[in-house]
Amino acid sequence: MPASLEIRNLCASVGDRPILKNFSLTVPKGEVHAIMGPNGTGKSTLAKVLAGHPDYAVQSGEALVDGETILGLEPDVIARAGLFLAFQYPSEIPGVTIANFIRAALVARQAKGAPFDAKAYYAELYAKMDALKMDRKFTSRFVNEGFSGGEKKRCEILQLMMLRPRYAVLDETDSGLDIDALRIVSEGVNAMRGPDTGFLVITHYQRLLDYIVPDRVHIMWDGRIVHSGGKELALELEEKGYDWVKKELAHA
Amino acid sequence: MSAPAADAGVADPALQRAHEAGAPAWLAEVRRTGREAFASLPMPGRGDERWRFSDVRSLSLEGFAPAPAPSQEDAARLARGSALTADAAATLIFIDGHCVSRPELPESLRRAGVVFAPVEDVVRDRPELLRGEALRPPALLGGGKLLALQRAWFGSGYVLHVPDGIEIPRPLSVVHWALKDGSAALPHALIHVGARARATVHEWRLAAQPDLRTLSVSATDLHAGPGARVERLSVQNWGSAAQSFEIDTVAAAAGAEVLSVNAAVGARRARLENVVRLEGEGADVKLLGIAVATGEQEFDQRTLQVHAAPGARSDLLFKNALLDRARTVFSGLIKVAPGAQRTDAYQTNRNLLLSPEAEADSLPGLEIEANDVKCSHGATTGQVSPDELFYLLSRGIPLPAAQELLAQGFLEEVLTRIGDAGAAEAVRGMLRAKFHS
Ligand SMILES: Nc1ncnc2c1ncn2[C@@H]1O[C@H](COP(=O)(O)OP(=O)(O)O)[C@@H](O)[C@H]1O
Ligand SMILES: [Mg+2]
Repeated sequence: MPASLEIRNLCASVGDRPILKNFSLTVPKGEVHAIMGPNGTGKSTLAKVLAGHPDYAVQSGEALVDGETILGLEPDVIARAGLFLAFQYPSEIPGVTIANFIRAALVARQAKGAPFDAKAYYAELYAKMDALKMDRKFTSRFVNEGFSGGEKKRCEILQLMMLRPRYAVLDETDSGLDIDALRIVSEGVNAMRGPDTGFLVITHYQRLLDYIVPDRVHIMWDGRIVHSGGKELALELEEKGYDWVKKELAHA
Repeated sequence: MSAPAADAGVADPALQRAHEAGAPAWLAEVRRTGREAFASLPMPGRGDERWRFSDVRSLSLEGFAPAPAPSQEDAARLARGSALTADAAATLIFIDGHCVSRPELPESLRRAGVVFAPVEDVVRDRPELLRGEALRPPALLGGGKLLALQRAWFGSGYVLHVPDGIEIPRPLSVVHWALKDGSAALPHALIHVGARARATVHEWRLAAQPDLRTLSVSATDLHAGPGARVERLSVQNWGSAAQSFEIDTVAAAAGAEVLSVNAAVGARRARLENVVRLEGEGADVKLLGIAVATGEQEFDQRTLQVHAAPGARSDLLFKNALLDRARTVFSGLIKVAPGAQRTDAYQTNRNLLLSPEAEADSLPGLEIEANDVKCSHGATTGQVSPDELFYLLSRGIPLPAAQELLAQGFLEEVLTRIGDAGAAEAVRGMLRAKFHS
């Protein structure tokens, strides 16, 4: 069984407008891959298609988590199959506390009727909040409601750390973060790196990759990967700008 | 009081008349007036605007009769399940309308003149507190016939009387149990909180078995004196075949602060009528409603906020979550009298539909006769937000659990405003259980 998140020739659209155009990428378990690309190129669309968002129609292609197809599955089934999406724009959930929300997500992963160890849960939750320098009072705050941009992103990483997916897609986790928050969030992600987890880090800027150093960097343009390389590709892109992609790579 | 024959119903005039015998003259008069009004008024009909969207055809008073007093075993058993207000200063327990447990008021409150007792004791010991009953205004929101029935049977329920300046720090609790199938309970509550006095009352309406078919018609009149602070929580969780009618009034004097919360959980059909009068300058009344309607339930909510004095504030928020083929009706009117300048009056009804077959009707209204006012009303009915739902699903939470979590979150806005955390948690538990029935 291949231990990877594998995306093969994926074509997807919103309405009748094609966004992903023959998109292919493989993230082996244990590696961190970065996708960089200009606004509007389809990065968030890719993330949401993988997560099973109903707004997008898939025309063709495949997406596999450790060899098992996830396309066409319900979003909750995909999540329990081991894929986690840290949203670029996380939703606010009025009236639902962070503690109850993460608890519900963990209960959904237990055998039906199995007892939930609330004591161990809170111990772990508090430890991870401490690591992310989140005030413990956040447990009783409603999910993302009235959060600053940085607080929302920390909350996404907290969920990631609590749910321990096999693969995590982080969509612009760096946007809205100041340098301190960026370092804290990156430390959280780095602590999860290891042989059991694969990461797909989507970012517009190279800055995040100073903190979460990728194994591979892919450049996305107009719905597909047009260039791949090592971590130095991020620096090259930063230096030459997206115009370089447009001139040199987009039509390759 | 003669014991009714087993087959005689609560609507039987002969039975009603028998209930007048032996009562003090003023009380017999209250009952007689009720009996006569009941006989002369029609049952709510389809043409009555105040019953618009209600399923009046299924409304029936047939087959309900006052039940005999419960056995001591039943009373003891139900008393053990009556501690819903954990830190209550005192608790009154009724079973099928019969008072089975009188509260032990703390000595300090008794000496201060606080009365918290069943109506029958007040009739005997402090009848002057009930003399105004003969003058009670008619129901304005359509429940006249039902209120008349309650008056015809006047005798159950309780009185809370808090003299001026007396503060009762902990909540008082009243637990009404339905025990016998077919029983009718028609309690009256008179809550009088004097000037600068302070009190909290929790009322729990509970069923000894989940599927009981009972009738409850209750009338509550709450008077908040100048500068008084009153909180009232009324939780309706009757058996699944019950019919419930609450016909309430609130009168707030100058500077009084009132918080009134109604939770609808049980019964086959439940109707709440609440007429709120802001009678003094600076009165501040908050009205909250919360309901989870499931199966074939109908919850019917009718409110009137009357601003009779200037500079007062009223704020209403009713939130309903609906599943299955359940229905809710909210009809609310804000009336601002000509002299009531600087009024702040708000009314919001939000309905969350969790099933395509559920139906929520909303009839908000304003009648403003003053020019310097801030008033708003709004009603929304919708489904869960697709973005919020996707967010929960994307964390692996299955659809039914995700919808339940969102519905509970929707209701939390009201629950967090219940002053007593323990009582709020008890209501939360009852509402949660409805998602799993
Ligand atoms: N739900 C949607 N409805 C309409 N258009 C969409 C939707 N999602 C994405 N798009 C469009 O698809 C294109 C790609 O968007 P997106 O995937 O968000 O790009 P990126 O994340 O790379 O900035 C954009 O032109 C955007 O407007
Ligand atoms: Mg994006």
